[in-house]
Amino acid sequence: MSGTGRFGRFGGRYAPETLMGPLLELEAAYELFKAEPSFQAELSALLKDFVGRPTPLTKAAKLGGSLGLELYLKREDLAHTGAHKINNSVGQCLLAKRMGKTRVIAETGAGQHGVATATAAAKLGLTCVVYMGAVDMERQALNVFRMRLLGAEVRSVDSGSRTLKDAVNEAMRDWAGSVKTTHYVLGSALGPHPFPSMVRDFHACIGWEARAQVRAQAGRLPDLALACVGGGSNAIGLFSGFLSDPAVELVGVEAGGTGLEPGRHAARFAAGPGGGAPGILHGTFTMLLQDAHGQVRETHSVSAGLDYPAVGPQHADLAESGRARYESVSDVEALDAFDRLAREEGILPALESAHAVAWLCREAAAYKGKVVVLNLSGRGDKDVDSVRRAREASGG
Amino acid sequence: MAKERLEAAFKKAAADGRSAFVPYLTAGDPTLEWTGRYLDALAAAGADVIELGVPFSDPVADGPVNQRSAERALAGGATLAGVLTLVTAKRAEGFALPLVLFTYANPAAAMGWESFVRRAAAAGVDGVLLVDVPVEESAEPAAACRAAGLGTIFLAAPTTSAERLAAAAAASSGFLYCVARLGVTGTSAALDAGLGDDLARFKRAAGALPVAVGFGVSTPEQAAAAAKLADGVIVGSALVRLLEGTDPEANGRALGTAAAALAAAMRRTSC
Repeated sequence: MSGTGRFGRFGGRYAPETLMGPLLELEAAYELFKAEPSFQAELSALLKDFVGRPTPLTKAAKLGGSLGLELYLKREDLAHTGAHKINNSVGQCLLAKRMGKTRVIAETGAGQHGVATATAAAKLGLTCVVYMGAVDMERQALNVFRMRLLGAEVRSVDSGSRTLKDAVNEAMRDWAGSVKTTHYVLGSALGPHPFPSMVRDFHACIGWEARAQVRAQAGRLPDLALACVGGGSNAIGLFSGFLSDPAVELVGVEAGGTGLEPGRHAARFAAGPGGGAPGILHGTFTMLLQDAHGQVRETHSVSAGLDYPAVGPQHADLAESGRARYESVSDVEALDAFDRLAREEGILPALESAHAVAWLCREAAAYKGKVVVLNLSGRGDKDVDSVRRAREASGG
Repeated sequence: MAKERLEAAFKKAAADGRSAFVPYLTAGDPTLEWTGRYLDALAAAGADVIELGVPFSDPVADGPVNQRSAERALAGGATLAGVLTLVTAKRAEGFALPLVLFTYANPAAAMGWESFVRRAAAAGVDGVLLVDVPVEESAEPAAACRAAGLGTIFLAAPTTSAERLAAAAAASSGFLYCVARLGVTGTSAALDAGLGDDLARFKRAAGALPVAVGFGVSTPEQAAAAAKLADGVIVGSALVRLLEGTDPEANGRALGTAAAALAAAMRRTSC
């Protein structure tokens, strides 16, 4: 049953020895339960009655009209807890319970995965500890409070850049010492095998729902499926529904931050010396922002959820094979798109999702008259304070 | 050949009726120049083999002491290439103890596996331990090491299955690194109660290959107890934390004293 977890040359299982046994145990359990009708039935019921799936596909007539295209938003912001993250958290917490674990841990950047895991843990009766970088705890204070309200313990991570990558480091260290009782609910489609495949599978409902919905509403498949890419879980979820439709273009949008020089962005696929190169971080071989000596670079994004130096290995493969394309937009473009979606469509998007909106606004001329499905991966309530501060800083 | 120098060190310790003392240091903490002096201090204190850690920005297998050490080393400008230059210089001075390079995958992968192994062997490194490259992912670097005559050291942990333990032992040369407890590197108040059982299992799998135990071995008493159970004892964080003071010279003296105490405690114990 033990696969290698490769996507082309990317992926794999580069984990410290202590975690290898638990990763193999997880893979075996996942393979077992994903084929088991009672597990699937329980998961489906939770997704329907607790998460609120299927989420709607909303036609964004005003924004689409002003851009000259037909735009549909996949409304993951309307899933319980306000982002797509809950799909994976519910799936993994249910799996953890089936495996006999009593405690789950998670890392979080924007706080959405932490909130989702705290929520799933509360629902399923598991103890929950969330690791969060000290910088992110400050810029996402509301989500910290939400996690605590849900009964989770939030642990501040003060090492390194004190953001998402350091929270992953700390969660992996916790897991190495707690594997007997604990499952690590990794929050994106990255990390060592089986996480990239398992997390993708738990989010594939996004793409399959969107595919059926757009065919019903637009009468055909879209020309473009578009999503923001941090670790890449919402994007791989959306792309999953269209990978076998070669006519559907797939575009992922990364955080361009304040410029493509080293340390100012999180655009792993950007060309040039500031961009990424294949490397190994957090258990997987993928595109990685690193210096010439193989040290991982610090990243920047106005959006905490995109502020991460590596990307899910399947995205690295989709880029290399040419099946998907990865672009970036700046902090300023994302903030402008946040405003525009709020005013024209009555939706406050997460700053992460605003990156996808921003790219479409910039590149709309190339998609005149086309049908576009954009994954609105989360809602922006958590970002209202960041947006206010960014406006004050720019004098806007 | 490098691997043989490593094996000879364990054989010599065994012939003396003791377990080999294997101290760990992060190279470049606070600078590579100081590391050069600390290597001499460890040799004078009775080290049999030295594990030289390559600092990495994201050391997921390390506890807080080694994390801070890596941060100091990176702040001091250490790189993998710089570490190899240090090894070259020490060998030119006549530094004779076997050296094992302990590194996360990415700095070595960024250099290119072939190039990394060739340069490490040319510098005078004797063995390589890639802490986040399990046996399943090791084909390319391990083949390069074997071709260059370098020891390939793999880890065995309490969570390692019998099947994987056999694979790790078969792929290892020089010694098998046994992880003494669940968790990351660091000091601990007491050795794990299950250590004896784990080590018995590891030794059976290792056959003639020496087994060295590390992770959480801190005090001379713990080192002496571990020495009764294994062919080698690795002490890292308990020594590395002595480098946290502001005076590198004084830190070096403290390091030498502590290493000598560990070596003496182990010498009083036959394995």
